[in-house]
Amino acid sequence: MPLNLRILPLLRSALPGCVLVLVSSVAQAQLAIEITGAGANRMPVAVATFEGESALPRSVTDVVRADLERSGLFKMVELGPGPMGADAPVDFARVRSRGADAVAVGTVSPSGGRYQVQVRLHDTAKQVSLGGQAMVMSPNQYRTTGHRIADFIYEKLTGEPGVFSTRIAYVLKAGSRYELQIADADGSNAQTALVSKEPIISPSWSPDGSRLAYVSFEAKKPVVYVHSLATGQRNVAANFKGSNSAPAWSPDGRRLAVVLTKDGQSQLYSVNADGSGVQRLASSAGIDTEPAWSPDGMIYFTSDRGGSPQVYRVPAGGGEAQRVTFEGNYNVSPRPSPDGKSLVYVSRNGGRFQVTMLDLASRQTQTLTDSSKDESPSFAPNGRMVLYATEVGGRGVLAAVSSDGRVKQRLSVQSGDVREPAWGPQPRN
Amino acid sequence: MNCIRFALPLITAGLLAACSSAPSTDGQGATVEDRSGGAASSGVDANRVVSVNADNKGGVANYPELTDSKSILSKRSVLFDYDSYVIKSEFGPLVEAHAKFLVAHPKMKMLIQGNTDERGSREYNLALGQKRADAVKKALSLLGVSESQLESVSLGEEKPSCSDSTETCWSANRRGDMLYSGEF
Repeated sequence: MPLNLRILPLLRSALPGCVLVLVSSVAQAQLAIEITGAGANRMPVAVATFEGESALPRSVTDVVRADLERSGLFKMVELGPGPMGADAPVDFARVRSRGADAVAVGTVSPSGGRYQVQVRLHDTAKQVSLGGQAMVMSPNQYRTTGHRIADFIYEKLTGEPGVFSTRIAYVLKAGSRYELQIADADGSNAQTALVSKEPIISPSWSPDGSRLAYVSFEAKKPVVYVHSLATGQRNVAANFKGSNSAPAWSPDGRRLAVVLTKDGQSQLYSVNADGSGVQRLASSAGIDTEPAWSPDGMIYFTSDRGGSPQVYRVPAGGGEAQRVTFEGNYNVSPRPSPDGKSLVYVSRNGGRFQVTMLDLASRQTQTLTDSSKDESPSFAPNGRMVLYATEVGGRGVLAAVSSDGRVKQRLSVQSGDVREPAWGPQPRN
Repeated sequence: MNCIRFALPLITAGLLAACSSAPSTDGQGATVEDRSGGAASSGVDANRVVSVNADNKGGVANYPELTDSKSILSKRSVLFDYDSYVIKSEFGPLVEAHAKFLVAHPKMKMLIQGNTDERGSREYNLALGQKRADAVKKALSLLGVSESQLESVSLGEEKPSCSDSTETCWSANRRGDMLYSGEF
């Protein structure tokens, strides 16, 4: 059972009605991760057992190995139980004979009730160091430390930042109870932020990872809230007459795009995070919903203005809307990639709802999944993976797929449905 | 109808008299119509009724016809066809009855909740459910109900009345529900 690593303040107050805001709780249902597909050419990598690690109650290197394996980009090479220290000379011939192209070695040493962890990564062919890292941790931070080391190795070997230290938000439905939860990207360390007897949908991370916007039906209608994760405090961001939904943060974290029906059909507006300063973003005679900000200042959204639901985009500062998807008659839930070059959305293909990737420059599309009830895709902050909700055996699960469709993972709970995932940003250290 | 309307001030004053359909409580705080005849009579705890009315001032508890299964006003759901936002003729009399009630009781408010089946995007379904709620709201407005009495919202696919993935179930979930003050 993973321990709670974060320092969480005490429960502040139970709000009126049937909603309970929590900032700390033992996860009732732990997400289990399963790898269901891997990359074609996985790089063989060894993570030696760190010298002195046996002093820790839980292994850091196990976390590092599991993270790298799960990414689908690496094949873990076993070196045996013998530890290898960060500063000791590496027996390259032995590591090379096991087939590893890279090896991580490390040392754990006590440091006044805490531990210093040093790690060094070597290229075994060139027999050179690729760099090192050192950090200090308390024994129960073994997961956080492991994720950071995995991020370091991932970045050195792929040239891109890792996402092992990121978090995901999702909604767990168990019986008639809805819980907004936050977990590590591998599903461990789940925390409950909100419990309600009424549905919760559309969680959206603020760019700095400190707040979640979401839609709660606790008032018998959809209302948008902004919830501060550190304090558990929340405020209403949009509660106009009619429905309020689909919050999406602006890249600067100051405004939220929302969908309101105060003036008629579902239309796009923006508001400040405290609910003030409402402005219209676009107008149409049909439904406009599911806005998402791209890094290049566009807002992608779903609209049925042309007859069927399709993806459109409009400059965030106002302007003409432009249609983006043309294939098929149901393309919804668009999310631009962090680099703004591609778009992921859900397409209905012969009655099956599937996650689809569109390269915005070449206009090439690719169906990434072989499931049939996919919903709510969201990119990992490095753009490499897409997290989405789907159904397996009649139960809601979360799944992740690499942007080339090869690497596949599934996150599920033993009982209950998991849905409405949102992949959080890179933590800011 | 008229009887209830005239009886309201008397009921809120704690005086149960003069009407054949005096409210009684069912122990849940809601009132049911008593058609057993007689006036302020049998088995009605006047104090309790007053407290119920005080808690739900102007609410559904004051109008037994809204919950009496024999009254058309107790029926609150308008069902829609797949991909449709048109009120079918079979629901005309129901919508008219509620319009008549709201016109006669301008202090009563109604929350119309639109719903959809489970297929597709939750947020897009929320927008489709809004179209169903808006269709009911528009019909009520055309029948003379004041805009200020009405709010149309959507629950999308989130509150299905039936949770199997079958056509029977999906059709039951494509609906607009009408809730009165005191029910939301």
